[in-house]
Amino acid sequence: MSGVRVLVGTKKGAFVLTSDGKRQAWAVSGPHFPGWEIYHLKGSPADPNRLYASQSSGWFGQVMQRSNDAGATWEPVDNKFVYDGTTGTHQWYDGTPHPWEFKRVWHLEPSLSDPDTVYAGVEDAALFRTTDGGKSWHEMAGLRNHGSGSKWQPGAGGLGLHTILLDPTNPQRMFIAISAAGAFRTDDGGTTWTPINRGLKSQYIPDPEAEVGHCVHRIALHPSRPNTLFMQKHWDVMRTDDAGGQWTEVSGNLPTDFGFPIDVHAHEPDTIYVVPITSDSHHFPPEGKLRVYRSRTGGNEWEPLTKGLPQQDCYVNVLRDAMAVDRLDSCGVYFGTTGGQVYASADSGDSWVPIVRDLPAVLSVEVQTLP
Amino acid sequence: MIRVELPQHLQALARVGREVEVSVDGPVTVGAVLDAVEARYPVLQGTIRDHVSKKRRPFLRFFACQDDLSLEGPDLLLPEPVVRGTEPFMIVGAIAGG
Repeated sequence: MSGVRVLVGTKKGAFVLTSDGKRQAWAVSGPHFPGWEIYHLKGSPADPNRLYASQSSGWFGQVMQRSNDAGATWEPVDNKFVYDGTTGTHQWYDGTPHPWEFKRVWHLEPSLSDPDTVYAGVEDAALFRTTDGGKSWHEMAGLRNHGSGSKWQPGAGGLGLHTILLDPTNPQRMFIAISAAGAFRTDDGGTTWTPINRGLKSQYIPDPEAEVGHCVHRIALHPSRPNTLFMQKHWDVMRTDDAGGQWTEVSGNLPTDFGFPIDVHAHEPDTIYVVPITSDSHHFPPEGKLRVYRSRTGGNEWEPLTKGLPQQDCYVNVLRDAMAVDRLDSCGVYFGTTGGQVYASADSGDSWVPIVRDLPAVLSVEVQTLP
Repeated sequence: MIRVELPQHLQALARVGREVEVSVDGPVTVGAVLDAVEARYPVLQGTIRDHVSKKRRPFLRFFACQDDLSLEGPDLLLPEPVVRGTEPFMIVGAIAGG
């Protein structure tokens, strides 16, 4: 029987949860790297036993870890992230130029075909890559130097490159997103980049329709339809069907269109999930009710999913990298909260159970579907 | 040998105990001791001071013989008891509440 491995990054370590294909009983391993912030850990699609983890600390900086045995053991790999060439400046919170400074790795995206190749999205926003299994990291400087970099400005959480999407049909195409610069696309393997923010409207910036400056929280795609992207923005849920050429709002009947994660059903490219959050100043669910919203129409028409989720006195948040899906039938959906629960649905969201609770605040959730 | 005390997280990362010993050729300065620690335990590179600038990470402090040496430069000569190995050079994580 196939199985599932859920990789959970938290404020105080990493946890690995495993189950068989029924997804009813779960074994919990961890904490790995106790006491360290694990912004993200993710497995290689080309070798599911190869995992990479971003381990960081305000005291000790960035450490990178790699496992060749599905998280049973780990080895530190290179943690040197140096911007390529002249560092330059981006905008600081007050609009003054500020030199780029590496702070941490927010997101890791292993190559779809090579276990030794991994992309890393970092703060201050830049894209790095290793092609030797983490022994060395090199900036893909075309992104930061494409022309608008000097105008990028951090959001409250920092100037983080938090999303990396690889197009499974075109190895030269990749999408990334940065808070608070926006979304970008490369069609030449990362040499050159184009801002893809047309159609976004952000009332909180001087020019609401600017080419860059939008606080994109997350983007997602279905592998069978890589020209269609879904976006959870600071406010607004958006969709594009031309790889970012034009976005349209699909918030529809959501109770609030503020939130962080967004994800796509593994087998239904028009079924998407968000977790509405009250507002940018109230990072908890409306009315104290934790509800995932599902659209089966690619947006606009949303239904609340509540079965098994707390419907009173719930004031957790769900962060941008803390939702994932498995590829089993029916599709499993998973998300972690800042209250330390990881909820799972083995029926595409119809019902939920906490598969672990009382962890440290969850920063990221990834799922591996095992043969 | 120079004795160096490490904070708990760096002990775990380097898979060593509270104290390690390193040898330093030439003047025993703060910078030379950190160079020796990083050479012997490469996994600690970047965790005590920045990879490029070599600046001390801001939430770490350096102590020796009950003196705070954190704001001194890397060329500061360490006290004789540290050179002789009767006192450790201490790398300490700043205390945080919560």
